[in-house]
Amino acid sequence: MKDMDSLLIVRGHVVDPASGVDQEMDVLLRDGRVAAVAEPGKLRGQGKRSFNAKGCIVAPGFIDLHVHLREPGQPHKETIATGTAAAAAGGFTSVCAMPNTVPVNDSAEITRWMRAPERGALVNVFPIAAATVGSLGEKLTKFASLKRAGAVAVSDDGKPILDDRLMRDALRSAARLKIPVVQHAEDTRMTVGCSMNLGPTSFRLGLHGMPNAAEASIVERDIALARATRGHVHVAHLSTREALEAVRRAKKARLRVTAEVTPHHFTLVDTNVGDFNTNYKMNPPLRSVADRDALIEGILDGTIDAIASDHAPHAFHEKQVEFERAAFGITGLETALPIAITVLHHHFDLPLWRIVELMSSNPAKIFGLKGRGSLGKGSHADVTIFDPKKKWTFDASQSRSKSKNTPFDGWSFSGKVVATIVGGKAAYEE
Amino acid sequence: MKPQLRSLLGIEQLTNAQIEAILALAKRMDPTRPTQLLRGKRVALLFYESSTRTRTSFEFAAKTLGATTTLVTPVSSSIEKGESLIDTGWTVASLGADAIVMRHANSGSVYLLARYVEVPIVNAGDGMHQHPSQALLDAYTIINHNKKLKRLRVVIVGDVYHSRVARSNAELLSRFGAEVVFSGPPDFVPEISATIAPGVTACPDLNIALQGADVVMALRVQQERLAGKDISLEDYVADYQITPQRMKLAKPDAILMHPGPVIRGIELTSEVADGPQSCIHEQVRNGVKTRMAILAMLLGAAR
Repeated sequence: MKDMDSLLIVRGHVVDPASGVDQEMDVLLRDGRVAAVAEPGKLRGQGKRSFNAKGCIVAPGFIDLHVHLREPGQPHKETIATGTAAAAAGGFTSVCAMPNTVPVNDSAEITRWMRAPERGALVNVFPIAAATVGSLGEKLTKFASLKRAGAVAVSDDGKPILDDRLMRDALRSAARLKIPVVQHAEDTRMTVGCSMNLGPTSFRLGLHGMPNAAEASIVERDIALARATRGHVHVAHLSTREALEAVRRAKKARLRVTAEVTPHHFTLVDTNVGDFNTNYKMNPPLRSVADRDALIEGILDGTIDAIASDHAPHAFHEKQVEFERAAFGITGLETALPIAITVLHHHFDLPLWRIVELMSSNPAKIFGLKGRGSLGKGSHADVTIFDPKKKWTFDASQSRSKSKNTPFDGWSFSGKVVATIVGGKAAYEE
Repeated sequence: MKPQLRSLLGIEQLTNAQIEAILALAKRMDPTRPTQLLRGKRVALLFYESSTRTRTSFEFAAKTLGATTTLVTPVSSSIEKGESLIDTGWTVASLGADAIVMRHANSGSVYLLARYVEVPIVNAGDGMHQHPSQALLDAYTIINHNKKLKRLRVVIVGDVYHSRVARSNAELLSRFGAEVVFSGPPDFVPEISATIAPGVTACPDLNIALQGADVVMALRVQQERLAGKDISLEDYVADYQITPQRMKLAKPDAILMHPGPVIRGIELTSEVADGPQSCIHEQVRNGVKTRMAILAMLLGAAR
């Protein structure tokens, strides 16, 4: 008997690190779940529809741990509908939305509002709630009620928790609920007025520079507090070799410390700012070649757990201004996977299953997203199908994001998303 | 040789040939004899930051060549109402400006303007970044003292970190083989400052830096920038003020320069500012000549 809602993905190469599968397999999705993964041909006749994935990788749906969807409050930059459309086009079936909205997502109401069907999300949206009320760094939010409303982590992203006692309490409360505290590691007392990385380029351009120490010192502090509280600290967009080294040591000590990097930080460096191009302005800033190389090393040796886009859309008028006055951040949902494949797989020989680990199974584990990041039987029917060899050129003007602030406009990549399936239904198809 | 120059944004953008051409043209410019070289041309002076010398210098330069000038400042204009730099630039160009001379507090602002506005842009100082006309007039002044830039020892003293003059001068002088030494307390002369160009070094001890100097260039020290730093005003004066005694450490024929405005009693003493080695007034006079050359070249009137 054929099911009302089923899809058979045939002839693809399944890469599912969580189940240890790395071979040609057919995948049957039924009623929003993975019904079966079997040798080619074995599921013939099942599935109301079929999808030919010949020459493609079939992976558990990608999860972006770090995006800014700008809703509520800043729909001129992005909405949940447009941001998730960009996510789908980039192969992400789930995105974790940072709380620096207007107002700040520090309540169960806003968390639920973001998850409501009326928002028109094309992929799963998992809010990361503010760790402190209004992200003002004074009083912790109600973690338990936020978690019940659907928040998967807490963070004051962009307004890091500098107060030691507050961070300790946050880690302690989060540990009881088994959720991570996500820290944008920046000692903002050391970065006042800064708009790029501190180095020869910032000096030459006459711009105040952010020192590596502003990131590393907070990461070191947070690791010490993770040790004391047994809490889970997740380092957002790690960008310096010193912070990487701290995370490496923490992992050796078996502390609950995880870290993500962005595609731009492992691809670009501070000299790319060029003649004050604001599409190269983000926070943390693009760092030195030594830092960039260290991040690649950290990805290859497993110190880095995840690749996250830090998708940060801004309108033209917020970027086409003086460099120091321009908003921090770039879009990234549609370029994350192509960059990962082009740079890490094709250039640095990182196996594709490691990329799937960094973009799907590990993110699911880090934020405790049950039934995701795997194609094991019974998992959510979230699947990313991509062609790792396909050559194409990214045209920012065609982006599904409402904003076009990306340094990767016109870049040629090897590797492209072919289909993104969320809950058994195609959210994007090439 | 016909150097193509659209805008003057920074020293970095100039070829050596273009620099030499501007300096050669400056030599032929005479601020005391008005001409009609730029007759009918309109030069907008877009000054987001206050300036006496640079603004007046460009204004006299333009007018001596027969151009008309208009001053646009944030006060009592649309800028105050929140108009963006690009929109202001478009407006000024659409009103008929043939060139825009801009001074702005943000580093790189001239690049933004030049990217969107068609007319030639002259950088009259952008944040801490560049002040190319100052470096050109300084080079003119040095050369005018029969000094060859090659292997010349130029000591730049003071708040290098915040100084667009220091950056432009270091880049220009090192291009022609000069040895540039930055001297000042660590907050003003961070180690990284020496990376700006080949042949640039940082030497915190002024008494050592000055040994054998051909040119001593003092920079303005803004007292508010000493606030919260490791050095007090008294210490700064004790360690870095250019005094007659210190001038003796330099070569006997060394010249003293200062981009102005001079704060007597801090960067240097009156004896030095008004002394025989001082070229401060000459720099100001050469400023008009150099800016005449820049405007003539950008507006296509240079032969």
